[in-house]
Amino acid sequence: MIELKDVYKSFSGKDVLCGANLKVERGESVVVIGGSGSGKSVLLKHIIGLLKPDKGTVIVDSTDLSQINEDGLNEIRKKFGMLFQSAALFDSMKVWENVGFGLKRHTHLADSEIKEIAVRKLKMVGLVDVEEVMPSELSGGMRKRVGLARAIAMEPEILLYDEPTTGLDPIMADAINDLIIKMREELNVTSVAITHDMKSAYKIADTIAMLYNGVIIAKGTPDEIKNTSDPVVKQFIEGSAEGPIVLEGIKK
Amino acid sequence: MLLKLIEYIGALIEGPIEGVGRIMVLFYSVLKWLFRPPFEIRNIFKQMLEIGVKSLPVVLITAVFTGMVLALQSYTGFKRFGAEGLVGSVVALSMTRELGPVLTALIVTGRAGAAIAAELGTMRVTEQIDALETLATNPVKYLVVPRFLSGTIMLPALTVVTDIVGIIGGYFVTVILFGVSSRAYLRTTWDYLEVEDIYNGLIKACFFGASFALVSCYKGFYTKGGAEGVGQATTGAVVVSSMTILVSDYFLSAWLFK
Repeated sequence: MIELKDVYKSFSGKDVLCGANLKVERGESVVVIGGSGSGKSVLLKHIIGLLKPDKGTVIVDSTDLSQINEDGLNEIRKKFGMLFQSAALFDSMKVWENVGFGLKRHTHLADSEIKEIAVRKLKMVGLVDVEEVMPSELSGGMRKRVGLARAIAMEPEILLYDEPTTGLDPIMADAINDLIIKMREELNVTSVAITHDMKSAYKIADTIAMLYNGVIIAKGTPDEIKNTSDPVVKQFIEGSAEGPIVLEGIKK
Repeated sequence: MLLKLIEYIGALIEGPIEGVGRIMVLFYSVLKWLFRPPFEIRNIFKQMLEIGVKSLPVVLITAVFTGMVLALQSYTGFKRFGAEGLVGSVVALSMTRELGPVLTALIVTGRAGAAIAAELGTMRVTEQIDALETLATNPVKYLVVPRFLSGTIMLPALTVVTDIVGIIGGYFVTVILFGVSSRAYLRTTWDYLEVEDIYNGLIKACFFGASFALVSCYKGFYTKGGAEGVGQATTGAVVVSSMTILVSDYFLSAWLFK
Protein backbone atom coordinates (compact mmCIF):
# COMPACT_ATOMS: atom_id res chain seq x y z
CA MET A 1 0.00 0.00 0.00
CA ILE A 2 1.24 3.45 -0.92
CA GLU A 3 0.07 6.67 0.64
CA LEU A 4 1.09 10.26 0.02
CA LYS A 5 -0.16 12.55 2.77
CA ASP A 6 -0.19 16.28 2.26
CA VAL A 7 3.02 16.32 0.22
CA TYR A 8 4.62 19.68 -0.53
CA LYS A 9 7.58 20.15 -2.83
CA SER A 10 9.10 23.22 -4.43
CA PHE A 11 12.15 23.78 -6.61
CA SER A 12 13.99 27.12 -6.51
CA GLY A 13 10.95 28.80 -5.00
CA LYS A 14 8.52 27.32 -7.53
CA ASP A 15 5.80 25.25 -5.87
CA VAL A 16 5.27 21.96 -7.67
CA LEU A 17 3.31 19.91 -5.15
CA CYS A 18 1.09 21.82 -2.74
CA GLY A 19 -0.46 19.26 -0.43
CA ALA A 20 -0.90 16.28 -2.73
CA ASN A 21 -2.78 13.29 -1.30
CA LEU A 22 -2.94 9.90 -2.97
CA LYS A 23 -3.68 6.40 -1.74
CA VAL A 24 -2.95 3.28 -3.74
CA GLU A 25 -4.23 -0.04 -2.48
CA ARG A 26 -2.39 -3.33 -2.95
CA GLY A 27 -3.00 -4.75 -6.42
CA GLU A 28 -4.60 -1.55 -7.65
CA SER A 29 -3.61 0.18 -10.88
CA VAL A 30 -3.65 3.92 -10.49
CA VAL A 31 -2.97 6.36 -13.29
CA VAL A 32 -2.16 9.96 -12.45
CA ILE A 33 -3.02 12.34 -15.25
CA GLY A 34 -2.06 15.96 -15.59
CA GLY A 35 -0.59 18.46 -18.02
CA SER A 36 3.08 18.78 -18.91
CA GLY A 37 4.97 20.34 -16.03
CA SER A 38 2.13 19.68 -13.58
CA GLY A 39 4.44 17.72 -11.26
CA LYS A 40 3.43 14.17 -12.18
CA SER A 41 7.04 12.96 -12.42
CA VAL A 42 7.86 14.72 -9.14
CA LEU A 43 4.95 12.88 -7.53
CA LEU A 44 6.15 9.54 -8.88
CA LYS A 45 9.73 10.19 -7.74
CA HIS A 46 8.46 10.79 -4.20
CA ILE A 47 6.90 7.33 -4.11
CA ILE A 48 10.25 5.60 -4.66
CA GLY A 49 12.22 8.04 -2.52
CA LEU A 50 14.16 9.70 -5.36
CA LEU A 51 12.84 12.99 -4.00
CA LYS A 52 12.03 13.88 -0.42
CA PRO A 53 9.00 16.02 0.38
CA ASP A 54 9.56 19.48 1.87
CA LYS A 55 6.53 18.75 4.02
CA GLY A 56 4.19 15.79 4.35
CA THR A 57 4.78 12.05 4.35
CA VAL A 58 5.16 9.22 1.89
CA ILE A 59 4.26 5.81 3.27
CA VAL A 60 5.03 2.52 1.54
CA ASP A 61 3.78 -0.64 3.26
CA SER A 62 3.39 1.22 6.55
CA THR A 63 6.97 2.58 6.42
CA ASP A 64 7.40 6.33 6.39
CA LEU A 65 10.16 6.94 3.83
CA SER A 66 11.39 10.07 5.60
CA GLN A 67 12.03 8.10 8.80
CA ILE A 68 14.43 5.53 7.37
CA ASN A 69 18.10 5.70 6.44
CA GLU A 70 19.72 4.97 3.08
CA ASP A 71 19.95 1.21 3.72
CA GLY A 72 16.32 1.04 4.76
CA LEU A 73 15.32 2.99 1.69
CA ASN A 74 17.26 0.61 -0.54
CA GLU A 75 15.47 -2.34 1.06
CA ILE A 76 12.12 -0.68 0.28
CA ARG A 77 13.28 0.03 -3.26
CA LYS A 78 13.80 -3.66 -3.89
CA LYS A 79 10.00 -3.94 -3.80
CA PHE A 80 9.79 -1.53 -6.72
CA GLY A 81 10.37 -1.64 -10.42
CA MET A 82 10.35 1.58 -12.38
CA LEU A 83 10.03 2.22 -16.09
CA PHE A 84 11.42 5.61 -17.01
CA GLN A 85 10.08 7.87 -19.73
CA SER A 86 13.24 7.51 -21.80
CA ALA A 87 13.80 3.96 -20.49
CA ALA A 88 17.07 5.17 -18.84
CA LEU A 89 18.99 2.08 -19.94
CA PHE A 90 22.66 1.98 -18.96
CA ASP A 91 24.26 2.66 -22.31
CA SER A 92 27.61 1.15 -21.37
CA MET A 93 26.04 -2.28 -20.81
CA LYS A 94 24.50 -4.88 -23.04
CA VAL A 95 20.75 -5.45 -22.92
CA TRP A 96 20.99 -8.55 -20.70
CA GLU A 97 23.35 -6.77 -18.30
CA ASN A 98 20.80 -3.96 -18.05
CA VAL A 99 17.99 -6.38 -17.30
CA GLY A 100 20.11 -8.34 -14.84
CA PHE A 101 21.62 -5.30 -13.10
CA GLY A 102 19.55 -5.60 -9.92
CA LEU A 103 20.13 -9.37 -9.75
CA LYS A 104 23.87 -8.90 -10.17
CA ARG A 105 24.01 -6.42 -7.32
CA HIS A 106 21.60 -7.93 -4.87
CA THR A 107 21.87 -11.70 -5.36
CA HIS A 108 24.71 -14.22 -5.52
CA LEU A 109 23.61 -15.68 -8.83
CA ALA A 110 26.24 -16.56 -11.43
CA ASP A 111 26.37 -14.51 -14.63
CA SER A 112 25.02 -17.43 -16.64
CA GLU A 113 21.97 -17.69 -14.39
CA ILE A 114 21.40 -13.94 -14.49
CA LYS A 115 21.57 -14.02 -18.26
CA GLU A 116 19.06 -16.86 -18.34
CA ILE A 117 16.62 -14.86 -16.19
CA ALA A 118 17.21 -11.76 -18.32
CA VAL A 119 16.39 -13.69 -21.49
CA ARG A 120 13.20 -14.99 -19.84
CA LYS A 121 12.14 -11.50 -18.76
CA LEU A 122 12.91 -10.12 -22.21
CA LYS A 123 10.71 -12.82 -23.70
CA MET A 124 7.92 -11.78 -21.33
CA VAL A 125 8.00 -8.30 -22.82
CA GLY A 126 8.10 -9.69 -26.34
CA LEU A 127 11.79 -9.41 -27.14
CA VAL A 128 13.98 -12.24 -28.39
CA ASP A 129 17.60 -12.34 -29.55
CA VAL A 130 18.43 -8.86 -28.28
CA GLU A 131 20.32 -9.81 -25.12
CA GLU A 132 23.76 -9.21 -26.64
CA VAL A 133 22.80 -5.91 -28.28
CA MET A 134 23.80 -2.49 -26.90
CA PRO A 135 20.85 -0.21 -25.95
CA SER A 136 21.90 2.41 -28.54
CA GLU A 137 21.06 -0.08 -31.31
CA LEU A 138 17.42 -0.40 -30.21
CA SER A 139 14.34 1.54 -31.33
CA GLY A 140 12.32 3.63 -28.85
CA GLY A 141 9.67 0.95 -28.38
CA MET A 142 12.25 -1.77 -27.86
CA ARG A 143 14.12 0.37 -25.32
CA LYS A 144 10.90 0.76 -23.32
CA ARG A 145 10.41 -2.99 -23.39
CA VAL A 146 13.95 -3.56 -22.16
CA GLY A 147 13.31 -0.94 -19.45
CA LEU A 148 10.21 -2.87 -18.46
CA ALA A 149 12.12 -6.16 -18.44
CA ARG A 150 14.67 -4.53 -16.12
CA ALA A 151 11.88 -3.22 -13.90
CA ILE A 152 10.35 -6.69 -13.47
CA ALA A 153 13.65 -8.60 -13.18
CA MET A 154 13.66 -8.55 -9.38
CA GLU A 155 9.99 -9.58 -9.27
CA PRO A 156 8.77 -6.39 -7.66
CA GLU A 157 5.50 -5.87 -5.82
CA ILE A 158 5.02 -2.37 -7.17
CA LEU A 159 5.63 -1.09 -10.69
CA LEU A 160 5.96 2.60 -11.47
CA TYR A 161 5.57 3.87 -15.02
CA ASP A 162 6.75 7.33 -16.00
CA GLU A 163 4.89 8.28 -19.18
CA PRO A 164 5.03 4.76 -20.60
CA THR A 165 3.56 5.62 -24.00
CA THR A 166 5.07 9.05 -24.61
CA GLY A 167 7.12 9.29 -27.79
CA LEU A 168 5.83 6.05 -29.29
CA ASP A 169 3.69 5.58 -32.37
CA PRO A 170 0.03 4.70 -31.60
CA ILE A 171 0.43 1.00 -32.35
CA MET A 172 3.56 0.64 -30.21
CA ALA A 173 1.87 2.72 -27.48
CA ASP A 174 -1.06 0.29 -27.44
CA ALA A 175 1.31 -2.65 -27.35
CA ILE A 176 2.97 -1.13 -24.25
CA ASN A 177 -0.48 -0.65 -22.69
CA ASP A 178 -1.19 -4.34 -23.30
CA LEU A 179 2.13 -5.21 -21.70
CA ILE A 180 1.30 -3.14 -18.61
CA ILE A 181 -1.98 -5.02 -18.27
CA LYS A 182 -0.18 -8.33 -18.83
CA MET A 183 2.38 -7.49 -16.13
CA ARG A 184 -0.40 -6.80 -13.70
CA GLU A 185 -2.27 -9.98 -14.49
CA GLU A 186 0.75 -12.27 -14.52
CA LEU A 187 2.81 -10.74 -11.71
CA ASN A 188 -0.07 -9.45 -9.59
CA VAL A 189 1.66 -6.12 -8.98
CA THR A 190 0.41 -2.80 -7.73
CA SER A 191 1.02 -0.19 -10.39
CA VAL A 192 1.20 3.57 -10.52
CA ALA A 193 1.54 5.23 -13.90
CA ILE A 194 1.67 8.87 -14.84
CA THR A 195 0.61 9.94 -18.28
CA HIS A 196 -1.18 12.57 -20.31
CA ASP A 197 -2.25 9.97 -22.85
CA MET A 198 -5.94 9.50 -22.03
CA LYS A 199 -6.35 6.44 -24.25
CA SER A 200 -3.62 4.74 -22.26
CA ALA A 201 -5.08 5.93 -18.94
CA TYR A 202 -8.54 4.53 -19.71
CA LYS A 203 -7.06 1.23 -20.79
CA ILE A 204 -4.69 0.47 -17.91
CA ALA A 205 -6.29 2.17 -14.89
CA ASP A 206 -8.60 0.94 -12.15
CA THR A 207 -8.43 4.42 -10.76
CA ILE A 208 -7.54 7.69 -12.44
CA ALA A 209 -6.37 10.68 -10.38
CA MET A 210 -5.85 14.14 -11.80
CA LEU A 211 -3.02 16.35 -10.58
CA TYR A 212 -3.58 20.06 -11.08
CA ASN A 213 -1.87 23.03 -9.40
CA GLY A 214 0.06 20.67 -7.13
CA VAL A 215 -2.94 18.81 -5.71
CA ILE A 216 -5.01 15.80 -6.70
CA ILE A 217 -8.26 17.45 -7.72
CA ALA A 218 -10.21 14.37 -8.78
CA LYS A 219 -10.06 10.64 -8.34
CA GLY A 220 -12.33 7.94 -9.68
CA THR A 221 -12.78 4.99 -11.97
CA PRO A 222 -12.20 5.60 -15.69
CA ASP A 223 -15.99 5.80 -16.18
CA GLU A 224 -16.41 8.31 -13.37
CA ILE A 225 -13.63 10.44 -14.81
CA LYS A 226 -15.15 10.23 -18.30
CA ASN A 227 -18.48 11.48 -16.95
CA THR A 228 -17.07 14.12 -14.65
CA SER A 229 -18.69 17.49 -14.27
CA ASP A 230 -15.49 19.13 -13.02
CA PRO A 231 -14.62 21.69 -15.70
CA VAL A 232 -10.85 21.31 -15.23
CA VAL A 233 -10.90 17.52 -15.55
CA LYS A 234 -13.37 17.75 -18.39
CA GLN A 235 -11.15 20.15 -20.31
CA PHE A 236 -8.11 17.95 -19.78
CA ILE A 237 -9.66 14.63 -20.79
CA GLU A 238 -11.28 16.20 -23.82
CA GLY A 239 -8.00 17.82 -24.76
CA SER A 240 -9.49 21.23 -25.30
CA ALA A 241 -7.46 24.44 -25.39
CA GLU A 242 -10.51 26.39 -24.17
CA GLY A 243 -11.39 26.16 -20.51
CA PRO A 244 -10.29 26.98 -17.00
CA ILE A 245 -6.80 25.39 -17.25
CA VAL A 246 -4.19 28.09 -17.67
CA LEU A 247 -1.29 27.07 -19.87
CA GLU A 248 1.92 28.35 -18.43
CA GLY A 249 3.55 31.06 -20.53
CA ILE A 250 0.69 31.13 -23.06
CA LYS A 251 -1.63 34.09 -23.37
CA LYS A 252 -5.18 33.45 -24.37
CA MET B 1 26.14 52.61 -3.81
CA LEU B 2 28.22 50.71 -1.22
CA LEU B 3 25.31 48.39 -0.54
CA LYS B 4 25.00 47.67 -4.25
CA LEU B 5 28.69 46.88 -4.47
CA ILE B 6 28.48 44.48 -1.53
CA GLU B 7 25.39 42.90 -3.08
CA TYR B 8 27.22 42.51 -6.39
CA ILE B 9 30.27 40.93 -4.75
CA GLY B 10 28.00 38.69 -2.69
CA ALA B 11 26.18 37.46 -5.78
CA LEU B 12 29.53 36.90 -7.50
CA ILE B 13 30.99 34.69 -4.77
CA GLU B 14 27.79 32.93 -3.73
CA GLY B 15 27.98 30.38 -6.56
CA PRO B 16 31.61 29.30 -6.01
CA ILE B 17 31.14 29.07 -2.24
CA GLU B 18 28.05 26.94 -2.69
CA GLY B 19 30.01 24.78 -5.16
CA VAL B 20 32.85 24.25 -2.66
CA GLY B 21 30.32 23.31 0.01
CA ARG B 22 28.63 20.78 -2.26
CA ILE B 23 31.97 19.27 -3.31
CA MET B 24 32.79 18.83 0.38
CA VAL B 25 29.46 17.09 0.94
CA LEU B 26 30.22 14.79 -2.00
CA PHE B 27 33.72 14.18 -0.59
CA TYR B 28 32.23 13.21 2.76
CA SER B 29 29.84 10.85 1.02
CA VAL B 30 32.76 9.32 -0.95
CA LEU B 31 34.72 8.74 2.27
CA LYS B 32 31.66 7.20 3.88
CA TRP B 33 31.15 4.71 1.05
CA LEU B 34 34.84 4.08 0.38
CA PHE B 35 35.25 1.63 3.24
CA ARG B 36 31.86 -0.04 3.07
CA PRO B 37 31.63 -3.42 1.38
CA PRO B 38 30.86 -4.67 -1.20
CA PHE B 39 33.86 -3.07 -2.88
CA GLU B 40 33.42 -2.25 -6.52
CA ILE B 41 36.60 -4.08 -7.55
CA ARG B 42 35.59 -4.60 -11.19
CA ASN B 43 34.47 -1.03 -11.51
CA ILE B 44 37.67 0.26 -9.92
CA PHE B 45 39.86 -1.70 -12.34
CA LYS B 46 37.77 -0.47 -15.26
CA GLN B 47 38.29 3.13 -14.14
CA MET B 48 42.00 2.56 -13.55
CA LEU B 49 42.20 1.43 -17.15
CA GLU B 50 40.20 4.44 -18.38
CA ILE B 51 41.96 7.09 -16.29
CA GLY B 52 45.44 5.59 -16.06
CA VAL B 53 46.34 3.16 -18.80
CA LYS B 54 44.52 4.94 -21.60
CA SER B 55 46.17 8.24 -20.64
CA LEU B 56 49.61 6.69 -21.01
CA PRO B 57 50.26 7.64 -24.68
CA VAL B 58 49.54 11.38 -24.17
CA VAL B 59 51.43 11.37 -20.89
CA LEU B 60 54.46 9.75 -22.56
CA ILE B 61 54.55 12.30 -25.38
CA THR B 62 54.14 15.19 -22.95
CA ALA B 63 56.87 13.82 -20.67
CA VAL B 64 59.48 13.17 -23.33
CA PHE B 65 59.07 16.57 -24.99
CA THR B 66 58.98 18.40 -21.67
CA GLY B 67 62.25 16.73 -20.65
CA MET B 68 63.74 17.57 -24.05
CA VAL B 69 62.74 21.23 -24.07
CA LEU B 70 63.87 21.63 -20.48
CA ALA B 71 67.30 20.29 -21.39
CA LEU B 72 67.43 22.41 -24.54
CA GLN B 73 66.53 25.64 -22.74
CA SER B 74 68.75 25.06 -19.74
CA TYR B 75 71.71 23.93 -21.86
CA THR B 76 71.62 26.98 -24.13
CA GLY B 77 70.99 29.30 -21.17
CA PHE B 78 73.53 27.76 -18.80
CA LYS B 79 76.17 27.67 -21.52
CA ARG B 80 76.38 31.48 -21.27
CA PHE B 81 77.99 31.16 -17.87
CA GLY B 82 79.59 27.77 -18.34
CA ALA B 83 77.18 25.79 -16.18
CA GLU B 84 75.99 23.37 -18.85
CA GLY B 85 77.14 20.52 -16.63
CA LEU B 86 74.15 21.18 -14.37
CA VAL B 87 71.54 20.42 -17.02
CA GLY B 88 70.99 16.92 -15.64
CA SER B 89 70.06 18.16 -12.19
CA VAL B 90 67.85 20.94 -13.55
CA VAL B 91 65.88 18.40 -15.58
CA ALA B 92 65.66 15.88 -12.75
CA LEU B 93 64.64 18.38 -10.07
CA SER B 94 62.15 20.19 -12.31
CA MET B 95 60.53 16.97 -13.43
CA THR B 96 60.22 15.26 -10.04
CA ARG B 97 59.32 18.27 -7.93
CA GLU B 98 57.14 20.24 -10.27
CA LEU B 99 56.57 19.41 -13.92
CA GLY B 100 56.00 15.69 -13.51
CA PRO B 101 53.03 15.95 -11.15
CA VAL B 102 51.55 19.17 -12.54
CA LEU B 103 51.76 18.39 -16.25
CA THR B 104 50.53 14.84 -15.76
CA ALA B 105 47.61 16.14 -13.70
CA LEU B 106 46.70 18.76 -16.32
CA ILE B 107 46.92 16.27 -19.19
CA VAL B 108 44.88 13.63 -17.37
CA THR B 109 42.31 16.27 -16.38
CA GLY B 110 41.91 17.31 -20.01
CA ARG B 111 41.43 13.73 -21.07
CA ALA B 112 39.89 11.73 -18.25
CA GLY B 113 38.32 14.60 -16.26
CA ALA B 114 36.35 15.73 -19.30
CA ALA B 115 35.31 12.14 -20.01
CA ILE B 116 34.13 11.60 -16.41
CA ALA B 117 32.04 14.80 -16.41
CA ALA B 118 30.54 14.02 -19.84
CA GLU B 119 29.71 10.44 -18.92
CA LEU B 120 28.16 11.18 -15.53
CA GLY B 121 26.46 14.28 -16.95
CA THR B 122 24.84 12.23 -19.71
CA MET B 123 23.82 9.60 -17.17
CA ARG B 124 22.20 12.34 -15.07
CA VAL B 125 20.22 13.98 -17.89
CA THR B 126 19.06 10.63 -19.30
CA GLU B 127 17.89 9.55 -15.81
CA GLN B 128 20.39 6.69 -15.62
CA ILE B 129 21.52 7.90 -12.18
CA ASP B 130 17.90 7.88 -10.99
CA ALA B 131 17.56 4.40 -12.49
CA LEU B 132 20.55 3.24 -10.41
CA GLU B 133 18.82 4.49 -7.27
CA THR B 134 15.56 2.75 -8.15
CA LEU B 135 17.62 -0.45 -8.48
CA ALA B 136 18.69 0.03 -4.84
CA THR B 137 22.22 1.05 -5.85
CA ASN B 138 23.87 4.09 -4.31
CA PRO B 139 25.20 6.13 -7.24
CA VAL B 140 28.02 7.70 -5.20
CA LYS B 141 29.30 4.25 -4.28
CA TYR B 142 28.79 2.82 -7.76
CA LEU B 143 29.96 5.76 -9.88
CA VAL B 144 31.97 8.27 -7.85
CA VAL B 145 34.01 6.09 -5.46
CA PRO B 146 35.71 4.01 -8.23
CA ARG B 147 36.62 7.15 -10.19
CA PHE B 148 37.89 8.95 -7.10
CA LEU B 149 40.00 5.98 -6.06
CA SER B 150 41.37 5.42 -9.57
CA GLY B 151 42.31 9.10 -9.93
CA THR B 152 44.10 9.05 -6.57
CA ILE B 153 46.03 5.88 -7.39
CA MET B 154 46.73 6.34 -11.08
CA LEU B 155 48.00 9.91 -11.07
CA PRO B 156 51.07 9.15 -8.90
CA ALA B 157 51.68 6.05 -11.02
CA LEU B 158 51.60 8.12 -14.21
CA THR B 159 53.79 10.75 -12.55
CA VAL B 160 56.51 8.13 -11.93
CA VAL B 161 56.41 7.39 -15.67
CA THR B 162 56.54 11.11 -16.50
CA ASP B 163 59.53 11.66 -14.21
CA ILE B 164 61.51 8.81 -15.75
CA VAL B 165 60.59 9.56 -19.36
CA GLY B 166 61.27 13.28 -18.86
CA ILE B 167 64.77 12.53 -17.57
CA ILE B 168 65.33 10.22 -20.54
CA GLY B 169 64.19 13.03 -22.88
CA GLY B 170 66.65 15.39 -21.20
CA TYR B 171 69.40 12.78 -21.57
CA PHE B 172 68.68 12.45 -25.28
CA VAL B 173 69.02 16.19 -25.95
CA THR B 174 71.99 16.83 -23.63
CA VAL B 175 74.05 13.73 -24.39
CA ILE B 176 73.12 12.81 -27.95
CA LEU B 177 72.42 16.22 -29.49
CA PHE B 178 74.80 18.46 -27.51
CA GLY B 179 77.48 15.90 -26.88
CA VAL B 180 77.77 16.25 -23.09
CA SER B 181 79.20 13.06 -21.64
CA SER B 182 76.70 10.51 -20.50
CA ARG B 183 78.48 10.06 -17.16
CA ALA B 184 78.39 13.78 -16.41
CA TYR B 185 74.64 13.99 -17.14
CA LEU B 186 73.78 11.01 -14.98
CA ARG B 187 76.10 12.12 -12.18
CA THR B 188 74.51 15.58 -11.96
CA THR B 189 71.09 13.95 -12.17
CA TRP B 190 71.74 11.74 -9.12
CA ASP B 191 73.98 14.06 -7.13
CA TYR B 192 71.40 16.70 -6.46
CA LEU B 193 68.26 14.55 -6.52
CA GLU B 194 66.94 13.43 -3.16
CA VAL B 195 64.33 10.82 -2.35
CA GLU B 196 62.16 13.54 -0.83
CA ASP B 197 62.00 15.32 -4.18
CA ILE B 198 60.44 12.22 -5.69
CA TYR B 199 57.99 11.33 -2.98
CA ASN B 200 56.90 14.89 -2.27
CA GLY B 201 56.16 15.12 -5.99
CA LEU B 202 54.11 11.94 -5.71
CA ILE B 203 52.19 13.30 -2.70
CA LYS B 204 51.26 16.27 -4.85
CA ALA B 205 50.20 13.89 -7.63
CA CYS B 206 47.97 12.00 -5.18
CA PHE B 207 46.28 15.21 -4.16
CA PHE B 208 45.86 16.34 -7.78
CA GLY B 209 44.42 12.94 -8.72
CA ALA B 210 41.89 13.03 -5.90
CA SER B 211 40.88 16.62 -6.60
CA PHE B 212 40.45 16.33 -10.38
CA ALA B 213 38.43 13.13 -9.98
CA LEU B 214 36.24 14.66 -7.27
CA VAL B 215 35.64 17.91 -9.18
CA SER B 216 34.89 16.08 -12.44
CA CYS B 217 32.51 13.67 -10.73
CA TYR B 218 30.81 16.58 -8.96
CA LYS B 219 30.35 18.50 -12.21
CA GLY B 220 28.94 15.45 -13.98
CA PHE B 221 26.84 14.23 -11.08
CA TYR B 222 24.97 17.51 -10.66
CA THR B 223 24.51 18.32 -14.34
CA LYS B 224 21.27 20.11 -15.17
CA GLY B 225 19.57 20.54 -18.51
CA GLY B 226 20.19 18.57 -21.67
CA ALA B 227 23.11 18.50 -24.08
CA GLU B 228 24.03 22.07 -23.19
CA GLY B 229 24.23 21.15 -19.52
CA VAL B 230 26.55 18.25 -20.31
CA GLY B 231 28.75 20.59 -22.35
CA GLN B 232 28.91 23.08 -19.50
CA ALA B 233 29.67 20.35 -16.99
CA THR B 234 32.54 19.08 -19.14
CA THR B 235 34.06 22.53 -19.62
CA GLY B 236 33.52 23.34 -15.96
CA ALA B 237 35.21 20.10 -14.87
CA VAL B 238 38.36 20.85 -16.88
CA VAL B 239 38.54 24.54 -15.91
CA VAL B 240 37.85 24.07 -12.19
CA SER B 241 40.10 21.00 -11.91
CA SER B 242 42.98 22.77 -13.70
CA MET B 243 42.62 25.85 -11.50
CA THR B 244 42.48 23.70 -8.38
CA ILE B 245 45.64 21.87 -9.47
CA LEU B 246 47.58 25.06 -10.24
CA VAL B 247 46.53 26.97 -7.13
CA SER B 248 46.93 24.03 -4.73
CA ASP B 249 50.31 23.29 -6.34
CA TYR B 250 51.74 26.49 -4.92
CA PHE B 251 50.50 25.84 -1.41
CA LEU B 252 51.45 22.16 -1.45
CA SER B 253 54.93 23.04 -2.73
CA ALA B 254 55.34 25.69 -0.05
CA TRP B 255 54.33 23.14 2.56
CA LEU B 256 56.20 20.09 1.27
CA PHE B 257 59.46 21.64 0.01
CA LYS B 258 60.37 23.81 2.97
